Amino acid sequence: MLSVAAVGVQALEALQVRQVAPGVFLFQGEVAEQDARNLGAISNLGFIVGSRCVAVIDTGGSPAVGAALRASIRSRTDLPVCYVINTHVHPDHILGNQAFIDDKPVFVGHARLPAALAARSSHYLAAAERLMGEAGKGLQPVPPSRTVAVEDELDLGGRTLKLRAWPTAHTDNDLTVLDEATGTLFAGDLLFVGHLPVVDGKILGWIKVGAALAAMDVQRIVPGHGDAGEAWREAFAKQGNYLQGLVDQTRSALKAGKTLSQTVSEVGPGDATGWALVDLFHRRNVTSAFAELEWEE
Amino acid sequence: MKPTNGWSAALAACLFLLLPVAQAADDGSDTPIWGKVRTLLVGDRPVIEDTTGSVLEIDAPVRAEDAAVVPVSVRTKQLPGGAYVSKVHLVIDENPSPIGGTFTFTPLAGRADIETRVRIEAYSWVRAIAETSDGKVYVARRFVKASGGCSAPAGKDMEEALARLGKMKFKVEEGSVGQPSVAQLMISHPNSSGLAMDQMTRLFVPPHFVRRVEVTFGGEPVMTADVDFSISENPNFRFYVLPAKEGELKAVVVDSKDLRFESSVAIKPGLRGS
Repeated sequence: MLSVAAVGVQALEALQVRQVAPGVFLFQGEVAEQDARNLGAISNLGFIVGSRCVAVIDTGGSPAVGAALRASIRSRTDLPVCYVINTHVHPDHILGNQAFIDDKPVFVGHARLPAALAARSSHYLAAAERLMGEAGKGLQPVPPSRTVAVEDELDLGGRTLKLRAWPTAHTDNDLTVLDEATGTLFAGDLLFVGHLPVVDGKILGWIKVGAALAAMDVQRIVPGHGDAGEAWREAFAKQGNYLQGLVDQTRSALKAGKTLSQTVSEVGPGDATGWALVDLFHRRNVTSAFAELEWEE
Repeated sequence: MKPTNGWSAALAACLFLLLPVAQAADDGSDTPIWGKVRTLLVGDRPVIEDTTGSVLEIDAPVRAEDAAVVPVSVRTKQLPGGAYVSKVHLVIDENPSPIGGTFTFTPLAGRADIETRVRIEAYSWVRAIAETSDGKVYVARRFVKASGGCSAPAGKDMEEALARLGKMKFKVEEGSVGQPSVAQLMISHPNSSGLAMDQMTRLFVPPHFVRRVEVTFGGEPVMTADVDFSISENPNFRFYVLPAKEGELKAVVVDSKDLRFESSVAIKPGLRGS
């Protein structure tokens, strides 16, 4: 993990990554809220090595984590980092981008990522400072220089990454990355494992997208948080059940004329076994579901 | 600070008496922003702290679960002697525009209660200030803690909000005759601040927010809201209406680009409560 005492970018140790498939490396973040101890190393980060260059998938919640990921890449290959792909706008996936600026990669994101970053980054930077103290100061958002509206392909030399931009689900800018050579799909936060799913975009959209991902013919899926191992289809089913339960209960509350506050205090999470951070995020999810579903006819 | 003995307690009591009531709080609520906002809203009129809910109460979650959608409700009481609450201001100290809204009520509302959702930037005091028809000013407050790191007081699906711009849902719940009924007005609108300028991308969301809502019954004012982008995306207001006869409850919404949206609902008091 991180060298905690020294928050200076250079002082960090390389992230401990494992090879989940030939040339595909994964750092599994801690399931926790971002703070001054973990510096935002709370999401899954990956890199894929081709014969020509390296693609990074998500960069962590601070430049310190980004730099530690970069150190890990450097310990394994001298090939240049040609792409830094962000799966969505959330700070624990994107605030490490800064550490890769000197590599002059192409930063890649969903077509709606620039607008989401513009609307949110000042709040994310303020939250980074609030949650991480000194380590959260002086951060800057790094927007994509190449965006994906529907689909795109990136050539790393000898292997191709297929990118897909999804309709609003976990956020309105979710992007997945499929390494065709090994059948490894990086789902970003379209899949949560060991961590309560967090609704920020559209709950109905996420249920649909989740079902589509669960039906994909791939070897493995890397979630945005946690590790499903072989059981990623089960993880999608568990996540889908939670989201559908939220929808059903919220619709009932709306039908009964309940207010947002009443609904938030009444709708329970159901079977949340194995998920951390339920207290932190469940009420937020109900809030989000209510604000969305009250517009249904 | 807590007095440690009888002497300091007496001293504290003396100091307390020297201070205007609104400055007596010892819980960090007496912020410089509040000082400015209070002067702006009510000048140097005395502000009475309502800690017992005798005139008004404010309810908000202890923690902003979702910084973009924080439910806030203000409930007011019937006042003795025919006076009534005629105005409620909603103040969120730490927001870029701390005065989130001013709601003006007439006796046609029946009660000066208002429930809405706001954006909350950071740890902040949230206050409701009530002005009564006989010129008194009361304040109630709640402290709201900020949400987690990935929550932002921004839109969730900006394209959809814009595509649905101006769509409204307006309904009045059935109530019993002679009692105020709950009305709910929902407006599909991004309600964006225009403050989110990104220096690197040069991209920003231009300001576009609902600035005024006028609710009338049979042409007479019931509730008027002067609001801004502290109100959440898709502004939502619950308030009361006390119609004495059949008629049309109408809402006219004007936004910062002077776009105008209307919606109305028929009210038949004779049929209600049956």
